[in-house]
Amino acid sequence: MKKNQSTIDKAPMILFVNKEKEPLFSKKNRKLLYDPMDDNNPITVQVLGICSALAITVQLKPALVMSISVMVVMAASNVIISLLRDLIPNRIRIIVQLVVVAAMVILVDQVLRAYAYDVSKELSIFIGLIITNCIVMGRLEAFALGNGVWRSFLDGIGNAAGYGLILVIVAFFRELLGSGKLFGFQVIPDVIYEMGYVNNGLMLLSPMALITVGILIWIQRSRNRTLIEKN
Amino acid sequence: MEGYLNLFVKSIFIENMIFAYFLGMCSYLAVSKTVKTAVGLGFAVIFVLAITVPINFLLDTYLLDSGALAWLNPRYADLDLSFLSFIMFIAVIASMVQLVEMIVEKFAPALYGALGIFLPLIAVNCAILGGSLFMQQKDFSGVVESAVYGLGSGIGWLLAIVAIAAIREKITYSNVPAPLRGLGITFIITGLMALGFMSFMGIKI
Repeated sequence: MKKNQSTIDKAPMILFVNKEKEPLFSKKNRKLLYDPMDDNNPITVQVLGICSALAITVQLKPALVMSISVMVVMAASNVIISLLRDLIPNRIRIIVQLVVVAAMVILVDQVLRAYAYDVSKELSIFIGLIITNCIVMGRLEAFALGNGVWRSFLDGIGNAAGYGLILVIVAFFRELLGSGKLFGFQVIPDVIYEMGYVNNGLMLLSPMALITVGILIWIQRSRNRTLIEKN
Repeated sequence: MEGYLNLFVKSIFIENMIFAYFLGMCSYLAVSKTVKTAVGLGFAVIFVLAITVPINFLLDTYLLDSGALAWLNPRYADLDLSFLSFIMFIAVIASMVQLVEMIVEKFAPALYGALGIFLPLIAVNCAILGGSLFMQQKDFSGVVESAVYGLGSGIGWLLAIVAIAAIREKITYSNVPAPLRGLGITFIITGLMALGFMSFMGIKI
């Protein structure tokens, strides 16, 4: 609690310094964008927001729509919370954050229903579950409450992009191996099917999503050994 | 009665929150290092789910659904407030979680210390909101049915987290490849457990 308070006190100064000396895309700010894509990825390293990441990755299209929605919600709610950060009493901050995020999610949900009804049907309850997506809450709590508006905005975009990256990779493999399609178009030519190739139906089922993410984590950690956990 | 039993078994095993829908994975992964804390969190989740799902069912049928306000005044019969359901549900959940937190702090301080940050995080546990949203989607016919569903999915969640915690306690003694240690192996084991749970799919009572 105390630590949190002190970062909030310092926060206006950071914003000020930012405006005075730092260009909009200084090295530090760019790091906020790139870091979550790889070494600080929200899914594989910070372990946030896994619930939705797995359930909607059977096909690429819903995965892409989902990551765009998360990006909109995260950027907007990060900015709002960062603007309000000096006004929110510490004790009720979780409820305030939930209300802000829920309002954003309602907007996204209504827009999706109006313009992309079939995708919104496919995502069913998972758009609503962005509210409780730990990435959004986690970044609000860890970053937006103690940092300036522009930096929070970049952090939101960066983390949502890292989340989207994993979603798209998992969905790519699941759709390709599970139904031989990408974005709903067949990519594996008929010749190969005639030679006896069969789609792996297991990839469409939920267990393979978990195992695919497990393998992604394996690959990432063997590339960057500093991320390995010591039991 | 038979219908309730069927729904109960279905929500525990076949539509298991974790293995079928991946709901509540964040706390599932973070709190499953020891069986003791896993059991504590599991019971907290059962409690919150079993309370919030019926409350949200009442809210949904008598306030939010299209035409739900007709009992108040016939003029409101064509109002549809269902777009407000996210915000209503999350408000109910957040206040229930606050209540559970206070109860646990008062009566089981040791558990409170062990669960630490994860108790307030139940509010943002996808399984809780997911339970209410599934309830809305499934169009249950009464409060009892939704309560049975909430209780069943909570028990399913407890089952899953206790099982993985027991496995993780054992796995510290085995020689896992270094990059796979911790998170990676937990994902793969969960995948295998989900495969196992799929064998319940054919059951009909």
